[in-house]
Amino acid sequence: MNLVLIGAPTRRLGALVAATLLFAACGQGAADDAARPPLRWGGDAEGGAPFVEADPADPARVRGFDVEIAEMIGRGLGREPRFVQVGWASIPQSVDRGDVEAGMSGIEDGPGLRARFAVSLPYFEFQEVLAVRPADRGRFRTLADLAGRRVGTLGATMAYDILLGEQKRSGLVPVSYDDDIHPYQDLVAGRVDAVLLDNVIADRSLRRTGGFVIQPAPVATGHYVALFSRANAALRDSANQVLRERMRDGSLEQTFRRWEVWSDAQAAYFQRVLAQSPRADPGAASSDRLLRAYLPALARAAGVTLVLSLLAMALAVAVGAAVAAGRVYGPPLVRGALTVYVEVVRGTPVLLQLFVIYYGLAGVVRLPAFAAAVIGLGLNYAAYESEIYRAALMAIPRPQLEAARTLGLSEGQVLRLVRGPQALRLALAPMTNDFVALLKDSSLVSVITVVELTKQTAIWATNVGSWVVPGIVCALFYLVLSLPLSRFAHRLERRWSHA
Amino acid sequence: MSGALSIHGLHAARGGRPVLRGVELDVAPGEVCALMGVSGAGKSTVLRAVAALEPFTAGSIVAGGFELRPGPLPRESRLRGLRSKVGMVFQAHSLFEHLTALQNVTLAPVHALGWTRPKADEAAMELLAALGVAARAGAYPRQLSGGEAQRVAIARALAPGPMVLLMDEPTSALDPARRGALGETLRALARQGRALLVATHDIDFAHDFADRVAVLSEGALVEAGPARQVLEHPTHPGTRELLRHTDGDDRAVDRGSLR
Repeated sequence: MNLVLIGAPTRRLGALVAATLLFAACGQGAADDAARPPLRWGGDAEGGAPFVEADPADPARVRGFDVEIAEMIGRGLGREPRFVQVGWASIPQSVDRGDVEAGMSGIEDGPGLRARFAVSLPYFEFQEVLAVRPADRGRFRTLADLAGRRVGTLGATMAYDILLGEQKRSGLVPVSYDDDIHPYQDLVAGRVDAVLLDNVIADRSLRRTGGFVIQPAPVATGHYVALFSRANAALRDSANQVLRERMRDGSLEQTFRRWEVWSDAQAAYFQRVLAQSPRADPGAASSDRLLRAYLPALARAAGVTLVLSLLAMALAVAVGAAVAAGRVYGPPLVRGALTVYVEVVRGTPVLLQLFVIYYGLAGVVRLPAFAAAVIGLGLNYAAYESEIYRAALMAIPRPQLEAARTLGLSEGQVLRLVRGPQALRLALAPMTNDFVALLKDSSLVSVITVVELTKQTAIWATNVGSWVVPGIVCALFYLVLSLPLSRFAHRLERRWSHA
Repeated sequence: MSGALSIHGLHAARGGRPVLRGVELDVAPGEVCALMGVSGAGKSTVLRAVAALEPFTAGSIVAGGFELRPGPLPRESRLRGLRSKVGMVFQAHSLFEHLTALQNVTLAPVHALGWTRPKADEAAMELLAALGVAARAGAYPRQLSGGEAQRVAIARALAPGPMVLLMDEPTSALDPARRGALGETLRALARQGRALLVATHDIDFAHDFADRVAVLSEGALVEAGPARQVLEHPTHPGTRELLRHTDGDDRAVDRGSLR
């Protein structure tokens, strides 16, 4: 639960490549070591210490308590552990697909996960703790004190679910992040009033950046587990035996001490686990129930996507038209400045622009996330719109414009009555295209804490450990949003086709 | 001689290169004047200077009582007096494609002259009827034939009631039968008191329908006079070159019997 999820697709691709290479390597080694293939396990090195991090002495290697536990399990099974880099949110899917046999990286136990996976003995107990600014130490002690306030956390986590529950109760406003660094930065900057996350992450952020305090009373208790596919329950059972053994002989304690996450509470938890006989999976949550539980949230998120896209497109059309007019009619200086704007915006990733507007400009103007999303997407698409309008304006034959002038129409009337209407007809198809693209690009704004359709789907998918149903439902939502627009544009085009 | 259109000592340059060198030309009300010359002789430049679409460097133009001076083009708001007096019919593709034939004709009266819509519609239908395209009033430009589109363009140029009508190569897209019909139309327009200046390199057309012919060669007016006299007994080498050039194989469109 410690991750920076920026650029997830690239990393997912990287993981895929890594897994493919690994398969190839396995195929080669199979002849001489068929009895004991390596234990492929997936984790996210971007999550960092104490879970999994690149070894500063040898960045090709990883270290962390999850790494040591994977080594313990591997040794116990007589198999050499082999690390595969997987983006944190994709670990369950990687296990499901068989890219890796086990997933570990501060993965939280939960009923959604248990419904789909064979889950190991919970090997670590953590507390969800509340971080607040020092000045608020006295007034924000519990979630109940934060009614109507913004509270940040990682999306798709137990902490996020807790905040959603609290939202219904007290009107607290959950703010979802894709990584665990920005919530604390925004807390210090005053964008959120508290952060709810695992004590492991909170302690680490306190050491690294500081500027906040952690309330002593935990909000909830959770556990980290290793993930196996259901078909691989036997491997899970063997791993559980190893884990239980390492709890008993103190090597797990040593690992946790080494990574400075050991506590008396952890010792008490180990005692409780060892006192119990190996337990069966607790009752799993059915996916039907989860579908019913998530549909309203998904519908709301679709609303966010639609409103965000409409506002961003309105901004893009207005700014784009102004930029196009400036580039066609303006003096050379204006034309030059607008050309620079268009080239810079088109030549850099929209993700980067969103980051700059939301985090980079935070020192100058502290925009609310939704406003930053509208402005970021709107100004980005304005560059593309302006090129469409400019090309459309330039496509109107010159004799028409000159004929309009000789008829006595003013420059403004020529634009409004002759050039504009025809340019609009030419621009309609590419504009429709752009709006549909914008509808989908709006999923990028989850990096600046706006929970829209794709983010909400990812949260759901992570909780149930599968993308099949959430993916289909999400796709249907997008189609329902985009198809009417395409049809409308198509009809308009047909009506205009004679002219 | 001072007519509806008077051009004196007109010089124009394009990219530093002179394209008109002291053109003198008058067109009286009721007269059809053919402005002739090979491609690049400067015919279009004269028309565009009169229509205030291009600046000129020296000389003067008085069109419909409005005087244009050398130098940069005046702002459109200062050209109002010219715009309602001088109409122009372009070679091709000048109809507003998003508007019907009728809307093309009424656009200027309604928006530039402030007529009411019923008044503009009525006047436009009269013009379209006079030009024989009233039945096509509701059609869009793409639905019109070349000849129909040209007549709609003429109706549009006539709608504000100009005294001077400029036409650029009106016969270039017409078959011989249509050329005859167009010539009769132009004669009728002139009879109503307008001055017509028609840029063309169509010898037959000029011969049959123009009162006068003015020949441009390399930006200079080399010969002018009654159409038959100039075309049947050319005196200037530039005119002979025009006749030879146009009568040759390279201008199939314009070939015909030269009586």
